Amino acid sequence: MPPSQGRDGGARTGGARLRAIRWALKPLVFIACLVPAFRLTAGAFGFAGISLGADPVMVMLHTCGKWTLNFLMITLCMTPLRDFTRSTLWLRFRRMFGLFAFFYVLLHFAVYLLLDQAGKLGALWQDVIKRPYITIGMSALLMLIPLAATSTAKAQRRLGLRWVRLHRLIYVIAGLGVCHYWWQVKKDIREPLLYAGGLTLLLGYRLWKQRRSLLPGINVARVAGTDAS
Amino acid sequence: MRKNSTQLGKIAPSDITPYHKYLSRRALLTGGIGLAAAQTIGRFGGNAFGGAAIGQSAPAALTYTRNAAMSVMDTPNSYMDITTYNNYYEFGTDKSDPAENAQKFRTQPWNVTVGGEAEVTGTFTLEDILKPHPLEERIYRMRCVEAWSMIVPWVGFPLGDLIRRFKPTSKAKFVEFRTLYDPKQMPGERTGVLPWPYVEGLRMDEAMHPLTLMAVGLYGKAMPNQNGAPLRLIVPWKYGFKGIKAIVSINFTEKAPQTTWASSAPAEYGFFANVNPAVDHPRWSQATERHLGGSLFGQRKPTLPFNGYGAQVASLYGGMDLRKYF
Repeated sequence: MPPSQGRDGGARTGGARLRAIRWALKPLVFIACLVPAFRLTAGAFGFAGISLGADPVMVMLHTCGKWTLNFLMITLCMTPLRDFTRSTLWLRFRRMFGLFAFFYVLLHFAVYLLLDQAGKLGALWQDVIKRPYITIGMSALLMLIPLAATSTAKAQRRLGLRWVRLHRLIYVIAGLGVCHYWWQVKKDIREPLLYAGGLTLLLGYRLWKQRRSLLPGINVARVAGTDAS
Repeated sequence: MRKNSTQLGKIAPSDITPYHKYLSRRALLTGGIGLAAAQTIGRFGGNAFGGAAIGQSAPAALTYTRNAAMSVMDTPNSYMDITTYNNYYEFGTDKSDPAENAQKFRTQPWNVTVGGEAEVTGTFTLEDILKPHPLEERIYRMRCVEAWSMIVPWVGFPLGDLIRRFKPTSKAKFVEFRTLYDPKQMPGERTGVLPWPYVEGLRMDEAMHPLTLMAVGLYGKAMPNQNGAPLRLIVPWKYGFKGIKAIVSINFTEKAPQTTWASSAPAEYGFFANVNPAVDHPRWSQATERHLGGSLFGQRKPTLPFNGYGAQVASLYGGMDLRKYF
């Protein structure tokens, strides 16, 4: 099915639409994704009257962690959104969102190692082997590395079906991310519960879709050629 | 750097006392000339809580003497840090929630009910509770179970002096405290995060220890609502959660009280909750802590046994297995 056949095809030609996405919408979304990082940077240096409060390290750590989870969830929303709106527009942002999840998890890790643990690798290693929630978080971070490294169109073409399989790791990563959050909360589990609920919906939808597509006759249309999400 | 915050507009920049000014003011207060002047501002039992009742933006100044012998030499954290970063689940689970949600909390009138194994029991007004006790300032370390720490200049009086007035009987082995239960005023109490009201307790010898403080203020002013006004407990060698806030009940018991955190997560929080770098929280290390208030780098420092008060309090726990009684 050609991409312009969706609801977003409209009157504009495919080329103009692609240019608008590439040169206007994408940069806007890109900058929007950086807002949390800008806010933290401004707060850390006291710019623009922004303050991170009495414990800026914890604020940085938690904000980056939460935005990692947010971007994982947003990335996982793109395929359902495509299905519901019958528009492939969403898929054009999937890689960017996935890479922002990686960006924020790297910041999260940097804050943890350099500020929280004062750069002590020994303390980090002790945490990784002794504290299950850190073991989990660290494995999720490591798993994101191959996904980020193979996020280019070139890698996608080269790996073909293996790329699809590899990028299914995002389901596991998101699950580990939610566990990592849940496990370290002291008592108030309402927010981790929210993420767990969201993830259950997102993964449940895929399971349901797969079940349905196994039945003859009601195959859900695969709009994009390669679809890992 | 972070202190010119506009994030929490409730506290005017003028309320943040720079440490050197604070020191000089304190020197005046303890110097005699200033003392008389300060006394005209009003003592407890008068209208010292007037400011607190109207709003937290200008808590009333207190009259007190400085207890240097009971104070640490470290630089206290800023008033801003101490009053905007609070664990007080009755007003929300975020550190910034209490400063936002406790502003309208009414601390007047305030009664404290004393009961259990004591000769003098009944309900007392806050004024009655406070009247005989001269206030003193003590700069204490504060170590949270979450592995961060601050230095706080509390104003209060020894809990032991208060307890003696109630003449506990020989059956009184523990003292139990309760926080106000008022879900209308305390939004956190409308959630199921913890069982309410908050309950804390001490063994009698811990309660009578000269370091144990009933605090009514900080930085020389009446206690801000978010820090536990009008009356809170400070036990500097224990994790912060032992320091129960907004106390309305003091009960002398024969058996150890069922304290809130210890009963809601017994594997993670104990009754004693003595600061101990050798006994980790099941999910994080207690060997080190991040001392808040300094630069972003190098906050991490080793945690001391009994939060550095070992010389004064370790003898209370002679022969006890502190891994078991954590």
